[in-house]
Amino acid sequence: MNLLGKLDWSAIPLHEPIIMGATAFMVLVVVAVLGFITMQEAWLYLWREWLTSVDHKRIGVMYCVLALVMLLRGFSDAIMMRAQQAVAAGGAQGYLPPEHFDQIFSAHGTIMIFFMAMPFVVGLMNFAVPLQLGIRDVAFPTLNSVSFWLTASGALLINVSLAVGEFSKAGWWGYPPLSELQFSPGVGVDYYLWSLQISGLGTLLAGINFVTTILKMRAPGMSYMRMPVFCWTALATNLLIVAAFPVLTAVLAMLLLDRYLGFHFFTNDAGGNQMLYANLFWVWGHPEVYILVLPAFGVFSEVIATFSGKPLFGYRSMVAATMAICILSFLVWLHHFFTMGASANVNGFFGVMSMIIALPTGAKVFNWLFTMYGGRVRFSVPVLWSIGFMITFVIGGMTGVLQAVPPADFQLHNSVFLIAHFHNVIIGGVVFGVMAGYNYWFPKAFGFQLDERWGKAAFWCWFIGFYLAFMPLYLLGLMGMTRRMQHYDDLSWQPWLLLAMVGTVVILVGIVCQVVQLVVSIRNREKLRVTGDPWNGRTLEWATASPPPAWNFAVQPRVSGRDALWSSKQRALATKDEPPVRAYEPIEMPKNSATGFVTAFFAVVIGFAMIWHIWWMAGLGVFGAFVTLLTFAFRRRSEIEVPAEQIARFDRAYQAGAAI
Amino acid sequence: MTEARYDRAPGDRPSREMQASAPSPLFVYTTGLFLALLLTATSFWAANTSLLWPGGVALGLAVLAIAQMGVHLVFFLHITTGPESTNNVLALAFGVLIVFVVVAGSMWIMADMNQNMMMPSGEPMNLHMQH
Amino acid sequence: MNISVAIDSVPQEVLPSASEAGPAPKRIVVAYGFWIFLLSDIVMFSALFASYAVLGHSTAGGPTGAQLFNQVTVAIETACLLVSSYTCGLMSLAINSRRYLRTYLAALITFALGAAFLTLEIREFASMIAIGATPERSAFLSAFFTLVGCHGLHVTLGLIWLVVMMVQVAVMGFDATAQRRLLCFSLFWHALDIVWVGLFTVVYLMGVSP
Repeated sequence: MNLLGKLDWSAIPLHEPIIMGATAFMVLVVVAVLGFITMQEAWLYLWREWLTSVDHKRIGVMYCVLALVMLLRGFSDAIMMRAQQAVAAGGAQGYLPPEHFDQIFSAHGTIMIFFMAMPFVVGLMNFAVPLQLGIRDVAFPTLNSVSFWLTASGALLINVSLAVGEFSKAGWWGYPPLSELQFSPGVGVDYYLWSLQISGLGTLLAGINFVTTILKMRAPGMSYMRMPVFCWTALATNLLIVAAFPVLTAVLAMLLLDRYLGFHFFTNDAGGNQMLYANLFWVWGHPEVYILVLPAFGVFSEVIATFSGKPLFGYRSMVAATMAICILSFLVWLHHFFTMGASANVNGFFGVMSMIIALPTGAKVFNWLFTMYGGRVRFSVPVLWSIGFMITFVIGGMTGVLQAVPPADFQLHNSVFLIAHFHNVIIGGVVFGVMAGYNYWFPKAFGFQLDERWGKAAFWCWFIGFYLAFMPLYLLGLMGMTRRMQHYDDLSWQPWLLLAMVGTVVILVGIVCQVVQLVVSIRNREKLRVTGDPWNGRTLEWATASPPPAWNFAVQPRVSGRDALWSSKQRALATKDEPPVRAYEPIEMPKNSATGFVTAFFAVVIGFAMIWHIWWMAGLGVFGAFVTLLTFAFRRRSEIEVPAEQIARFDRAYQAGAAI
Repeated sequence: MTEARYDRAPGDRPSREMQASAPSPLFVYTTGLFLALLLTATSFWAANTSLLWPGGVALGLAVLAIAQMGVHLVFFLHITTGPESTNNVLALAFGVLIVFVVVAGSMWIMADMNQNMMMPSGEPMNLHMQH
Repeated sequence: MNISVAIDSVPQEVLPSASEAGPAPKRIVVAYGFWIFLLSDIVMFSALFASYAVLGHSTAGGPTGAQLFNQVTVAIETACLLVSSYTCGLMSLAINSRRYLRTYLAALITFALGAAFLTLEIREFASMIAIGATPERSAFLSAFFTLVGCHGLHVTLGLIWLVVMMVQVAVMGFDATAQRRLLCFSLFWHALDIVWVGLFTVVYLMGVSP
């Protein structure tokens, strides 16, 4: 029996120069980062302050860092695909053979959705929700850390697949029978499955955490109708996570059972039913896209209200629209497979539902517009992203409703028209949203602003680049081009694909601008320093210092209205009272814990071992995870007490600074 | 700190104010056990008897199953309709809705698609691999 | 202008409604979080149920449920799990009144009944596999073994959890943490019985009814 399962030296794709080049680059970056940390002698700091932190603000930042790094990986996949399609016309084969091209589009989708978009929105929610609710941390801080590290484990496994073995060639959905053992005998689909199962567990735990936090732990006086809209969208998002991710766990588990134990859920023979996979996958898949976009909607609500200097228009209808989207998103999933052979009744029902779900989103757009109307809009970087979103997302939404009509979809399904549509809504909605949130909350997290000029340059490059890259795809879809083509014969498509390539390069410039923005801002951070409230904010997170102390609020806020901070500021201006002498009490904060990091380590061990069929290693991993759980369960102290003097000292210094 | 009357943990017994007039917890659990045993026995009987119209047996079993689940929720998990239990009931209702959508939706869709996959002779498609 | 001070100078009045009461006590937060987890678990079971419902007739010429299922075994399994739910309830009473001996006794009986359930289920699986009714035989059998096996896996994990909890009670006593976790355990155990009700009704009873 082979001690290392299927693993041997041939797993490293030495004969593929492009992959080896990418691997070498990745290894170089990792070594450089590790070397930098070593040179700064920052390992102990990193371990104590970040890796074992259970502070929602730190965890939120780590999620966003993961997302930004994986954005680079996913975007390099994108630019490789565009380059390939720009040249592989007529008889030309381009530079990417089909086996490689298939891995690239599969990795691109998987990475962008699971390891860029999800971590980014979860990270923003992590950072902002407890601050906006006026509390000190989420319901289960250590579980929060575990969630992050499990997500990072999934990302690690996908990156390892570049160097050791291969990735899935079955697309980011992994439809059988292609994803079954018979047609994908390699480890690629296994990397996909285990990576998603591990990170999916992390996401589910985060969903449970946030539902509990929002429903059970708001500041005194903050009734449901006084919550910031971002918290409402976070609630809807996390309810969707709790409801949808278990279905993904189940369906991927079924595929794993097919591949590992010879079960017949989705095989060609013995009664398997491949349509069942598609059905269950999209039961998860549709709520997933709303999980991605609802937090973005929340960000826009916050940004637009703040920078218009007005309360959000139509708060109640915003809340109603959010919760309506939450429920409706569970009733439309068949529109992802109209062409799979359902009868007109079924297709018609889901078509109508898909059109209905556009209505609450439309209501939201009107509310944002009415918020800006009559306000004094400051065109900061977050507002640019928001306006860009409104234009772009509406166009994408319209092409979505167009495809919700089953007969139209029969023409457009799996053409690049569909690709253009979903990138339209994901980039226009989710990416623009997280970029707005990133620029909006960065000063709160780090105490200094991001450079405005580079931020605006980044926005314009993304905005223009997006339209150049994806509008041609709408035309190409109508001209008959299918998705995922490694090469094509119709030369009339090539000019449009070249234009799309140009657009992608413009987006690349935008990403470079964002990297430069970060570097420049860090270098100039003293000049860019801000107070706790750089934007004249309306919600409670702006009442804290920038960055906030671990305990967020020295004294638990008591809320008496919507836009809690704004009404307090107005009251303070009106009364001009002397601030009362505060009584500081010691605060119990959750203790840092290595549980998350160690659990993730064993998750990677289990995942890698299962992928390569190294059974003893998988068993050791399970045992290690169990021991980690026991260690956590039997720990004597789970909290540390922050002394009142420390809180008093920090708060007085902050108030002295804020009063200037 | 909240007072007990605002909120109750799911699975916790009703708050002390209600307990004075309420039956003893042991009585509640024991009643639940007997009710559940009765309903379970009825289910087994319904599935095996020839006294019932066969077309209605499946529906009857479903009703009995839901009743048994209700007994568990009320007698063992102390789910009530009181204001302190509202959050718990709402979460449960949300879960039930999702379960219904997933199961009923999948069954409807798959039955419909399988129907459309029927061979002209009406036989279910033979999905054995052709070598 | 002092922003932070302005916030907590809101006059203290009687909080009128539950949603304004502020953060809930830890026991409620933990139990509610676990309640949400249970709902997610039940959604996962529903996906497996849906698969079973769809694949229930895909026997690929192999054995059907009616040919394989033994109702006596299922009846005994059901009784075991139901009574174990009852004894788990008794254990909750003992925990709330902080009585060690009764807690251990109720836990022991709950464990024994759960273990009996598992033993019968494993024997059932083994006998099916021995006659060739393996999960690799047909889609129906794959769905059956996965659905029922997933429930059995949950029961196994529950039994391990129960043992760990009893060790914790022995070592750390009935402190607040242990009480919260035992509340979560009882939620879990009752939920497993609820899932079993659905399971034996749909899989075994509907599968063999004439």
